[in-house]
Amino acid sequence: MTDRTTFVRTKTVDAVPAPVLGSGAPATTARTARSRRGRRGGSHVVAHLVLGFGGLLMAFPFVWQIIMSLSTNTEVQSVTPVFWPAELQWQNYVRVFDRLPFLSQLQTSVTITVIRTVAQILLCTLAGYAFARMRFRGRGLLLALVLSILMVPSQVYLLSQYQLVQGFGLLDSLGGLVLPGLFSAFGTFLMRTAFLAMPAELEEAARLDGANPFQIFWKVMLPLAVPSISVLAITTVLWSWNELLWPLVVTTFSEKMPLSAGLATLIGDRTTDYPVVMAASLLAMAPVLIMFIVLQRRVIDGLASSGLK
Amino acid sequence: MTSTSSRPGSPASPLRGRAARVRPGSPPDGGAGGPTPGPRRRIAGDGAWPWLFIAPLVAGISVFYFWPVLQTAFYSLTDWGVFGGWTFAGFANYVTLFADPALYLSLGNTLLYTAIVLLGIPIAVYLASLLNLPGLRFAGLYRVLFFLPYVAMPTAVAMVWRVIFNGDFGLLNHALAIVGIDGPYWISTPGAATVAVAIVGLWSSLGFSMIVLAAGLKNIPPEMYEAAELDGATRWRQFRSITVPLLTPSIFFVTIITVISSFQLFDLLYAILGSSNPVLPKSMSLVYFFYREGFVNNDKGYAAAIAMVIFLIIGIVTAIQFRLQKRWVQGD
Repeated sequence: MTDRTTFVRTKTVDAVPAPVLGSGAPATTARTARSRRGRRGGSHVVAHLVLGFGGLLMAFPFVWQIIMSLSTNTEVQSVTPVFWPAELQWQNYVRVFDRLPFLSQLQTSVTITVIRTVAQILLCTLAGYAFARMRFRGRGLLLALVLSILMVPSQVYLLSQYQLVQGFGLLDSLGGLVLPGLFSAFGTFLMRTAFLAMPAELEEAARLDGANPFQIFWKVMLPLAVPSISVLAITTVLWSWNELLWPLVVTTFSEKMPLSAGLATLIGDRTTDYPVVMAASLLAMAPVLIMFIVLQRRVIDGLASSGLK
Repeated sequence: MTSTSSRPGSPASPLRGRAARVRPGSPPDGGAGGPTPGPRRRIAGDGAWPWLFIAPLVAGISVFYFWPVLQTAFYSLTDWGVFGGWTFAGFANYVTLFADPALYLSLGNTLLYTAIVLLGIPIAVYLASLLNLPGLRFAGLYRVLFFLPYVAMPTAVAMVWRVIFNGDFGLLNHALAIVGIDGPYWISTPGAATVAVAIVGLWSSLGFSMIVLAAGLKNIPPEMYEAAELDGATRWRQFRSITVPLLTPSIFFVTIITVISSFQLFDLLYAILGSSNPVLPKSMSLVYFFYREGFVNNDKGYAAAIAMVIFLIIGIVTAIQFRLQKRWVQGD
């Protein structure tokens, strides 16, 4: 048994290769490549100018949003632009919690995102594993049923999803917000692809040891799938946190909404308190942006590769 | 293996025994638990397990996705009363829809939006080629900066863009005034509103295209550039004769993804213009049109017909993708 564990361990390490797309080469290779092509180095100035200017342009709206969140409403609406407030208005961030049902919306966003992510990981790995590695009657048909959903734009099932949730009496509730998003055809596809690529020897070995299929899945195969699971987790968190249409449809009271829908209902007032809206938007985006900045390469490669498949 | 059959309340239980028994070639009575020779048979002997594994997901997908698709297809052929209840209407919804100027208006707006967002792809090709320069410093930082808008919540970034586009105190019109252009009231002028939303769409999708294209560039063997350099080809020539042709599959892929996601335009439009904006009926996208009919005007049958039209358009785009992708794979 000890032998096998170590074997599995090394395999696990092997199965976590460099980023899926290999973008952003490790520093050492990059350096050798540079010295090899030394004479090309000079033109990097242009690249830095273009990418630097472009990058600032991309980040500018966020910076501007931060500045506005710390200004007064008069400064924001001043006809001659005020690029830096006379005095930093930190209390705008406090007013977010007084003026808006921000805390309950934040709580809703966190809850639905956690539930959906956990559920999708669990259900999609189980089903993905069975579709990839097990034989049973009707496998092809059921797989086709699941994958066919990938080609359908969400509007096509939205009306009926709404009616189902309404029928269950779950409008304006966490249950209704969360329910269809517990299941993911894309996640199943992603996990099936991951399990298809794994070596059969490990399963055979565990099977000879008397492990049942669930133990094989849980102890042997699931640890190997961690890179793909993290891709699934990242895409689910981003989608669930940012999604607008479904929450807009199933909730009517702003205290019941997640942040995405809650923010959308803020606009339209003639007397918009811009700094508070900016502060609220920044706070609403912050968790996901922080996750992105911490995990940057994982997120970028994960999203790009999941799109590639 | 048979121990599981005593587990109560499993949704797959009626199927389980059958699945274990109808395995081809197994004796009709002694299937589960019997000694099975050879690895092949062992795989075949998963018995009830696969059903336990897939049951929750397949049940959920069937109820919340597959059935709704069939239902929507059917609804598109029905007429819904104000107080619920429906009557079969044949193709009446489609007849009305194809005569409805709102369809062509929203389709036109969606196409304009898509066209503008697609302008980002040549930019992304250029940026990706810069990002892939060997030994470029700060490449990680650039990737993060360009990717940031793609992961940010659309409704939250919409708030700042609303102010930037504001006709009275927005920064964009200030900047335009410096070069002598009198900017419009972006958010309350039809046409300009669509352009404004599309600029945000371009901004938020540029990083994704750039990263996918940069990954495609990585697959071009560096020897080709070295050979070209020995032949004295200029940078521009290398870009035109090596990068662009070898990158075509990636460019095409990104184009399809952009077209498909642009046809789903809703969040940015809704959040930048605002639901009570009087310009919205003139600037609406296909998906907003669908949303309005289905959830504001509560005309389920009509909305279902719109959904089927969107489905058809996306289906055509996807079919084109499959065709061309196959050709490229075989062409290699």
